[in-house]
Amino acid sequence: MSEDTLVDELLAGKHRALARVITKIENRSPGYRDLVSQLHEHTGNAEVIGITGSPGAGKSTLVDKMASTYRDRGETVGVIAIDPSSPFTGGAVLGDRIRMASNVGDMDVFFRSMSARGSLGGLSTATTDAVKALDAFGKDKIIVETVGAGQNEIEIVKTADTVSVLVPPGSGDDIQMLKAGILEIADIFVVNKADMDGADRTVMELQEMVGMRDASPMAGHHGADTLADTDDAGGDEGTDADEGWQPAIVETIAKTGEGVEGFLGTIDEHVTWLSESGELEAQARQRYEAEIKTLLREDTAGLLQEELTARGGLEAYIDRVLRRETDPYAVADELMAPLEDCVAGARDGR
Amino acid sequence: MSTEQEQRTIRCLVAKVGLDGHDRGAHVIARAFRDAGFEVIYSGLHKSPDDIVQAAVQEDVDVLGISILSGAHDTLVPKIMDGLDEYDALEDTLVIIGGIIPDDDREELYEAGVANIFGPGSTMEETIEFVRENAPER
Repeated sequence: MSEDTLVDELLAGKHRALARVITKIENRSPGYRDLVSQLHEHTGNAEVIGITGSPGAGKSTLVDKMASTYRDRGETVGVIAIDPSSPFTGGAVLGDRIRMASNVGDMDVFFRSMSARGSLGGLSTATTDAVKALDAFGKDKIIVETVGAGQNEIEIVKTADTVSVLVPPGSGDDIQMLKAGILEIADIFVVNKADMDGADRTVMELQEMVGMRDASPMAGHHGADTLADTDDAGGDEGTDADEGWQPAIVETIAKTGEGVEGFLGTIDEHVTWLSESGELEAQARQRYEAEIKTLLREDTAGLLQEELTARGGLEAYIDRVLRRETDPYAVADELMAPLEDCVAGARDGR
Repeated sequence: MSTEQEQRTIRCLVAKVGLDGHDRGAHVIARAFRDAGFEVIYSGLHKSPDDIVQAAVQEDVDVLGISILSGAHDTLVPKIMDGLDEYDALEDTLVIIGGIIPDDDREELYEAGVANIFGPGSTMEETIEFVRENAPER
């Protein structure tokens, strides 16, 4: 299939075309860039929700219930579920689909499993592009689900308008860990399995933590203007546009669907806050900035790789560095020189 | 350029269809495929033909492996094949079957578009090799 027909068919609502476009994005097939470029003008209508949390927190089950609730409201849903892949063979078992029991047979829930194919940074590019494909296809809600384990995952959830972090009850130490990284990106904390012992305690701990965060001048990614309002009876999220967003804490039991309506309501509130405060546009600006920068980095790295290959690879340089005939900085300078000359020449010529 | 470098991985859906709770074989093959470097999506038990078609189309798999030991293959498999056809996915999906399929029934399944049937005694190597060689070029 040619790229143009693929895009046309995707825009016309053909599932097969959407699936194939995402495959091309994942494989970085020749021409995938043109595809994504063509899709861009059709995007910007979907609401993107990120779900992350430790393994076994109940992400997939919650996503399943979210999707069916959205469907009941008459909205269409796209889901991208990312699972780790083996660093040795590259193989992966992508198991999130099994949990999508409420939506089997419903083609208006487009569920796609993706594996973290190891390439550093490449995954967040692929996720961003896949979200664009679903957006252009016309999905109302797009849910991106990933195991929250490190920087890479945090990059991924940044594609979302609203980021939810799942915290299972009784994970005191996990919360300590969350403080370091994931706290900053959470717009909503979801204490899932709220019927389990220790759920209340976890909610309380989170409330304390959120309160602490607000008292710190280094408050999260929404900027330092979140100092206001310390009367956190917990979960009382500041919805006033000029007050900033205080992470909400909700309780759910994904298995039975309890609390899911409330969770979705909180997401809606967050989205309302985003658009009223102008944060939505600010986020979009940040995202596009990051996207352009990533592409530039990858492209220049590719250009360098070409130059390296043309010179017969790095091995010879490494040998010389080992023999103390040269050093890594000198090698880098030497390899960069022709590129720098080219760029300088082109700039002067303008 | 690095962003243009293709990173192709074979994607498989390992599917259990119908009222058949024997999933040991499906688990073993899913694991073997993973270790062979494939990306494996497992359907879970008791899926209807429609569910499997939905999963195969949305996940855009190269290979659909149907595990069936219930004896209902002559009803269920053609339904899956028709469903794939409906979404234009029949042509470039490699459909293979694992499980208990009597010799008499095989011809009919091959005619419906099944590429190969792996019965008892088939080895992992043989199956993986077949997938590697026959995964559709896209």
